[in-house]
Amino acid sequence: MMDTAELLKIYNRHRGNAIVVPGRGGKHWIKISDKRNRDVELGDPAMGGHASFAMGLALALPQEKLVLFDSDGDIQMGMGILATIAEQQPKNFYHFMLDNEIYATTGGQPVPNAKTIKYHEVARACGYTRAYAYDNLETFSINVERILAEPGPVFVALKVKPEVENTPIGGRVKWRKRSQVQVVQDLQKELGIAG
Amino acid sequence: MSDAQKAALSPEVVLAEMKKNGVTHVVWLPDSETNWLFLLMQAEPSLTLVGVNREGLAFSTASGLHAGGKKPLILIQNTGLMESGDSLRGWAMGMNVPVVLMVGYRGWTRHGVNTDTAATYVERFLNAFNIQYYLIEDGADAGRISIAFEEAKKTKRPVAVLVADEYHGFN
Repeated sequence: MMDTAELLKIYNRHRGNAIVVPGRGGKHWIKISDKRNRDVELGDPAMGGHASFAMGLALALPQEKLVLFDSDGDIQMGMGILATIAEQQPKNFYHFMLDNEIYATTGGQPVPNAKTIKYHEVARACGYTRAYAYDNLETFSINVERILAEPGPVFVALKVKPEVENTPIGGRVKWRKRSQVQVVQDLQKELGIAG
Repeated sequence: MSDAQKAALSPEVVLAEMKKNGVTHVVWLPDSETNWLFLLMQAEPSLTLVGVNREGLAFSTASGLHAGGKKPLILIQNTGLMESGDSLRGWAMGMNVPVVLMVGYRGWTRHGVNTDTAATYVERFLNAFNIQYYLIEDGADAGRISIAFEEAKKTKRPVAVLVADEYHGFN
């Protein structure tokens, strides 16, 4: 299993000018990224929607590379979106998924069938033509540049170490520095989109 | 042609409203009340259809399209709308997405006595979320679709159009 922050640092070497939706990796990503107006850290607007949000963004901006760091719990909540993404075939969409096998933000309870399910095989069966799985940083770092050079949609399942949060939600330190609305406004300004 | 047929809400009129209001993407899950729109939408080159398989995913998809500068419309049934509560809250309302929801009003009857709980609860659901809505029954009501778009833009919130199907014989 990989350390999420280290994994994101490796990805960042190959980011280029991509728009990044960091999903539940956001708290690490905002400390790593140096293109903050191209980051779309939203926290958790409603669980299960990161992939569909990012797909919508990719469809709206076909000239931009769109990278999502999804999570296993989110995918299981809205797994049907894999079929929609495969149908839409956004060539600019790179769908990474952080798989910690648990619901980390609710205390670490297991995600259903977490140790058995092969998410990349599900994605491939839904119609992604390219789908991969990695469980160590060395293999990931060897392959990430090649993956990002392939046409999307690409799915990459990544086993990561759990980072369990047990503090009651009201007592947690808020890592997001921008509101969701501000994040979108900053992106739109960066891209010259009238909001 | 009967008076009822003349009055019926035609798919051409609905499509014209979409085009008039600059819709770029229709994020949808088929329903019996609006199935007559499908072939026309599919043939319309200015529209991209994005089919989802659970209605909650329509709200996050539309939110992403809006963030990227496009103008989505959500086309779903009232049953699916009610399933989508958290996505409506978090993705559309929480992110100020001015999206119009065209919602098939399954079970609706003009006389107000219905036997379908999908109809019983949909307006109560919309009221609980403080979502403004407009009812369209026939072609004469189609202008309310533009009113919904104007209101969504002005308020930066989702606005619903309930497509009542009494004239289509489902009730």
